[in-house]
Amino acid sequence: MQATEARAPAAAREMFYSEALGDALRLEMARDERVIVIGEDIAEHGGAFQVTAGLLERFGPTRIRQTPISEIGIVGAAVGAALTGLRPVVELMYVDFAGLAMDQIVNQAAQNRFMFGGQARVPMVLRTQGGSGRGNAAQHSKSLEAWFAHVAGLKVVMPSTPGDAKGLLTAAIRDDNPVIFLEHKLLYRTKGPVPEGEHLVPLGKADVKRAGRDLVIVTWSREVLFALEAAERLARDEIEAEVVDARTLVPLDKETILASVRKTHRVLVLHEAVKRGGYGAEIAAMIAEEAFDDLDAPPRRLAGLETPIPYAQHLERSVVPQVDDIVRAAKELVA
Amino acid sequence: MDRKTARDVYRVMRRIRGFEERSATLFGENKIWGTIHSYAGEEAIAAGVCANLRDDDWITSTHRGHGHCIAKGADLGKMFAELLGRETGYCRGRGGSMHIADTSKGNLGANGIVGGGIPIATGAALTAKQLGTDQVAVSFFGDGAANQGTFHESLNLAAIWKLPAVYVCENNQYAESLPVKRAFAVDDIAVRAAGYGMPGLRIDGRDVRAVYDAAREAIARARAGNGPTLLVADSYRHEGHYYGDPRKYQSKDEIEGWRKRFDPLTDARAWIVDEGIASAADLDAIDREVAEEIDRAVAWADAGPLASPIALPGDVYAGD
Ligand SMILES: Cc1ncc(C[n+]2csc(CCOP(=O)(O)OP(=O)(O)O)c2C)c(N)n1
Ligand SMILES: [Mg+2]
Repeated sequence: MQATEARAPAAAREMFYSEALGDALRLEMARDERVIVIGEDIAEHGGAFQVTAGLLERFGPTRIRQTPISEIGIVGAAVGAALTGLRPVVELMYVDFAGLAMDQIVNQAAQNRFMFGGQARVPMVLRTQGGSGRGNAAQHSKSLEAWFAHVAGLKVVMPSTPGDAKGLLTAAIRDDNPVIFLEHKLLYRTKGPVPEGEHLVPLGKADVKRAGRDLVIVTWSREVLFALEAAERLARDEIEAEVVDARTLVPLDKETILASVRKTHRVLVLHEAVKRGGYGAEIAAMIAEEAFDDLDAPPRRLAGLETPIPYAQHLERSVVPQVDDIVRAAKELVA
Repeated sequence: MDRKTARDVYRVMRRIRGFEERSATLFGENKIWGTIHSYAGEEAIAAGVCANLRDDDWITSTHRGHGHCIAKGADLGKMFAELLGRETGYCRGRGGSMHIADTSKGNLGANGIVGGGIPIATGAALTAKQLGTDQVAVSFFGDGAANQGTFHESLNLAAIWKLPAVYVCENNQYAESLPVKRAFAVDDIAVRAAGYGMPGLRIDGRDVRAVYDAAREAIARARAGNGPTLLVADSYRHEGHYYGDPRKYQSKDEIEGWRKRFDPLTDARAWIVDEGIASAADLDAIDREVAEEIDRAVAWADAGPLASPIALPGDVYAGD
């Protein structure tokens, strides 16, 4: 069990999640001229969430390649560029727009290597962001990781902290496969320690963000923060929740998750995405298959309601798991 | 076109026709699984364009991709082996006809998605521009694909970025069963180029010389850094959309009439002999050599081992 985040790195600096991502891009672009960034409003504007701020000045308009609004054209160009020697990082403004580019993601990028009998590699990263909490309503707030996790040939990464964001993005850029890198719009302005200089967090390694003995909460992205807050409150009632941040959904670090299950015997799988067909179902099923005898209670899922994300603030909150919901579910689970 | 090139493109066209004819036979014998789409009748386009390309130039192809693959220099044995599901096939039996790729020759793959290759070629052209090489990317696609969103987005990107790309629309008069007349309100698809600010040229896709000349200019323009071109080649597919297509949307008269009137191989034979580039006997000799090459290729393919079982994760994921 590795608690990467807990081990204070030698030289770390407090940074916003958005800055940490920009730091990874800057370092990788400086290290490898084949790395380019391509997307909408990423140049002077610095990206819709300011991740590419300052990169135009440093690397110029050919490597920070701002595009018209042409999602499938952009993603497809990245696939072609990746097949022929570049390592493009696409910024897709909202994951909700992935539908416009889905053919290039699913039928092309994900499958080229396989279909061509191993003749090709597609080293590209598709960075995008999802999630609710900003009143952006149904077409700008979804959590769609399950779409991508279902497709053989993609890797799926969902960092929750600035440090992980930097380390995982670096690893994603160096990976020779198409990586779907899903950020959360409400994490961009969160702060945390970020190791300076080269920082790699390998894909496929979960992180125990909090140790506990009574149950384990397996989660990712923004819900990690909610789970940690819930764990603090549970501790006041002498319930010690372990929090495992999956970080990478594909490949999934089963060992770390199963080790926590074997230790705590109770598991709550938590995510913001709609529960039906969500990735939590995959994790709960995996636990049931591989650690059934270690469980003292059925694996439980807490996830988004089966609805589009509503606009009004109180409604928006009512459809995705909040800290109160997690505390309640955890108490029921250990009761 | 010089004399050597004329003979070369004739041979390429003959290899394509021979490959398609033998594939039809193998398909009829149930040795080929799935679906295949014949390029017979359209040979002049792939041959004329690819005669201007280097091995390190890229192409993207389509579901009707055998001709592009051959014209870009593929080995017929490995192609047949792929269709026969062998480990020795280009894609080790994982891809089949609709996904044949030969990256060693810059062929970034056939594509089962209509219009799927257009943005990929655009991205390859971006690589050339970004790395400052003088490589060119050519995207082959059908009239049907010209109505996909990828066509619009990609041609616009290539134009604003002045990418070294050439877009070759093969207008074979149909998208599956839909005649072009019912799919376009304009007669000339090439006029679309003006909307992107690039040259657009309609050419006779039956005449390999016309294709060669237009492609030569477009490719030179791309290589020199002057941006993309759209070429639209009028053509006709001799066979149905796929082998076994009942062709209910075409009359017998149309099929027979067009087939006779529109055969780039017959045409090429005529002018090659007329202009004294080669005699009929020389061309017969080429035909015989190609027939033997195909026999050898099929025999080699047939002798190859069946495709190995899927190995995970290596078949799907690179590295780790
Ligand atoms: C996105 C997509 N839509 C539909 C199909 C089914 N389909 C395969 S080929 C084809 C016709 C394509 O026409 P065109 O682009 O003119 O190529 P041609 O077959 O004439 O060479 C269709 C509709 C597909 N493979 N992909
Ligand atoms: Mg057509």
